Amino acid sequence: MALLALAVAGPLARGQETPLITGSIAFLHGTNRGQTSYLPAFMPLAVVPVKQRLLFETRGLFTESITPRAGKSYQTRFGRNLNYLQLDYIANRHMTIVAGKFLTPFGTYNERLSPLWIANFQDGPLIFSLGSNQSAGVGGQVRGSAFANNTVAVDYATFFQANVGGTQFKSSRATGGRLNFYFPASGFEFGTSYDHMFEGQHPNAAGMHVWWTPHNVPMRFRSEFARSTHTKGYWFEVGYRLARSTSSEDSWIGRLQPLFRMQQTFRNSADGTDGAPGVDEKRVDFGLDYYLPHEARINTSYTRQIAIGATGNIWKTELVYRFAFPAWPGRSR
Amino acid sequence: MIRAWIASGLMGCCFAVAGAQNAQPAKGMDSTQQARQAQSGEQGTGQKPANTAMETAGEQKFQQNCSRCHNAPQELSPRISGTVVMHMRVRASLSEADARAILRFLAP
Repeated sequence: MALLALAVAGPLARGQETPLITGSIAFLHGTNRGQTSYLPAFMPLAVVPVKQRLLFETRGLFTESITPRAGKSYQTRFGRNLNYLQLDYIANRHMTIVAGKFLTPFGTYNERLSPLWIANFQDGPLIFSLGSNQSAGVGGQVRGSAFANNTVAVDYATFFQANVGGTQFKSSRATGGRLNFYFPASGFEFGTSYDHMFEGQHPNAAGMHVWWTPHNVPMRFRSEFARSTHTKGYWFEVGYRLARSTSSEDSWIGRLQPLFRMQQTFRNSADGTDGAPGVDEKRVDFGLDYYLPHEARINTSYTRQIAIGATGNIWKTELVYRFAFPAWPGRSR
Repeated sequence: MIRAWIASGLMGCCFAVAGAQNAQPAKGMDSTQQARQAQSGEQGTGQKPANTAMETAGEQKFQQNCSRCHNAPQELSPRISGTVVMHMRVRASLSEADARAILRFLAP
């Protein structure tokens, strides 16, 4: 049977499981209604395979916010955040058990688009906080690929987590999950998410996402809708790489990617804890990204923010660089 | 401002380390270049046609799964490709077969 399995699987790939250090470095500049700020940011990620089925991974974010003050001085503020620190056990082909501090699997932005080198816009969507339980929590998660063939792929994630606060160890417990359907031939994907908190008024949050990545057009369409007890909202983003094929991505025009994002939130009643805007808000983002050689990228964007008492223009520019290298030398072959 | 200088220094160190890694690729060429050459049938890989077909299938899986969120890495050492695929298998809930095919594409 083992020989048969090897024959079916073919020769083993040569990829090695050497511990990895990757991440991104960015320098962000923004002007929000005339107020300028600078933000150097460093987001390292370490991935250490312990054995064939065990994986340790952790990611952090370090920032230094620099804001010019009257005169020639600057106000600075250092920020650090442990995004996640988790141990993954690949139990079988359908199930992976995750323990530790992990990103809440609600919607798509938190897990997929939050890395600096992936996000097309510097700002996350307005509805990002709905259902994400402050982005991460400590607990356990079961996830994996439920079913996959050439027609459809179904994956899932369920979690239980607690956010432990610094004040008298106040915690907020939550549970939820996500179910995702992907159709590889068309590049179409949709899914739904759910989150329930056990504290306060036991609020629920539900979400839905639709992505479309056609294979013959260098376009990405992403969208999400989420609602909680007091707020609901949506965002959608379209990006089009000005390249006809993979080879033309190296031309100067093929490195350009115009972007458009629209987002809106609707407030039903006041809630200072859900993280969404306190009043109805609408934002329109226009972006232009330029992919430089050697994993560097320039992101620029203009945002028109429309809300009561907060209408204005936001200009942002970012230089981001992605790195990935082994933590130590691998085996020679 | 001192912390800003420290952060800048840290960024510089990372650039230097990453540059050194880029200057010393793994034996031969990097994995994505190898995969592209194998796919286009250029000389130098010594791969059998069956392997090339599997790498093409792996590239297709890469386009279908990974490219939904990000572009292909311009360079990726074979030493870490297994780790990257393990990480993405968990993060993106890839099926075992897709993870294997993508690994074959990244490290033919």
